[in-house]
Amino acid sequence: MKQFSVKIEVKLKPVVLDPQGKAVLNALSGLGFNGVSDARVGKIVELTMEGESAEEVSRKADEMCRKLLSNPVIEDSSVEVVEK
Amino acid sequence: MPSFGVLFFPGSNCDHDCYHAIKKILGRPCELIWHEETSLEGIDCIVIPGGFSYGDYLRAGAISQFSPVVSPLRELAARGVPVIGICNGFQILVESGLLPGAFIHNSSLKFVCRWTNVKVEDTDTPFTCLLRRGEVLKLPVANAQGNFVLPPDGDNTRERRIVLRYCGEGGEPTAEANPSGAEDNIAGIANSQGNVLGMMPHPERSFERVLGSEDGRRMFECVVSWIESRGRKSSGVTNLDPLVSSQK
Repeated sequence: MKQFSVKIEVKLKPVVLDPQGKAVLNALSGLGFNGVSDARVGKIVELTMEGESAEEVSRKADEMCRKLLSNPVIEDSSVEVVEK
Repeated sequence: MPSFGVLFFPGSNCDHDCYHAIKKILGRPCELIWHEETSLEGIDCIVIPGGFSYGDYLRAGAISQFSPVVSPLRELAARGVPVIGICNGFQILVESGLLPGAFIHNSSLKFVCRWTNVKVEDTDTPFTCLLRRGEVLKLPVANAQGNFVLPPDGDNTRERRIVLRYCGEGGEPTAEANPSGAEDNIAGIANSQGNVLGMMPHPERSFERVLGSEDGRRMFECVVSWIESRGRKSSGVTNLDPLVSSQK
């Protein structure tokens, strides 16, 4: 069995309004950071997983996203797998 | 006499309010049911109360959908037993797929706690069967993630029955009347059968005049009447024809 670092990024779909991102955008412009036209806030879940191959681990992580880590109605997810 | 069951999870906080409202004000048998329970036999109406189950970790309601009690809940829901999810209970129903849609943070980014007016859009559900279509109820909301989002156009889970819509005193669905930014001013929706209702406002907090409104109690009187008129059928509710035929 090999060890893998798995990084899962979950973010709201582009069509879904992101109230948190909007607040961050307003705060940034309030602080004087000009030229920022959009801000979106997402989540990162980092896992340490065992498996035979990166493909197998990646498949498992995709299933985790569908079942729990993301809500496919409003969120997109992406998975990055690196062998330790 | 119809028997109610109030499910509670780690972090639920409106469970005793619901229990009190049903047992003491409505005067009906009611039991509190821990989320590890694996059978709901004999219960005629399931109430999933508000709160912050599992601390709202990941997404509100996301972790509760895997509690053991959700399996028998799915069976009862499929059999046509009335199920009402209030606030966090609504979020749990959505996350578990028993109702369509999802929730995001309120557009104001604030926890909103205030009275709302909601218009009754659908009277063919157990919880609205004695109400008039178009009538306006006064019910309180208290949430941070009440911003309801429907699945995108074309998604087959977009099919829904809007039961309650935020509105002004005269019933107009304005942006000011919408406390959370919810799509289409949706305050409550039902599944296609009509027996599973999710709503963000708290009917259990509007059971008595002294609290400012009795409209929440009226919704529970609806479900009592609905169950009694069909007989106690928790062991297999079958007659849903009136609901199915009026689907929108």
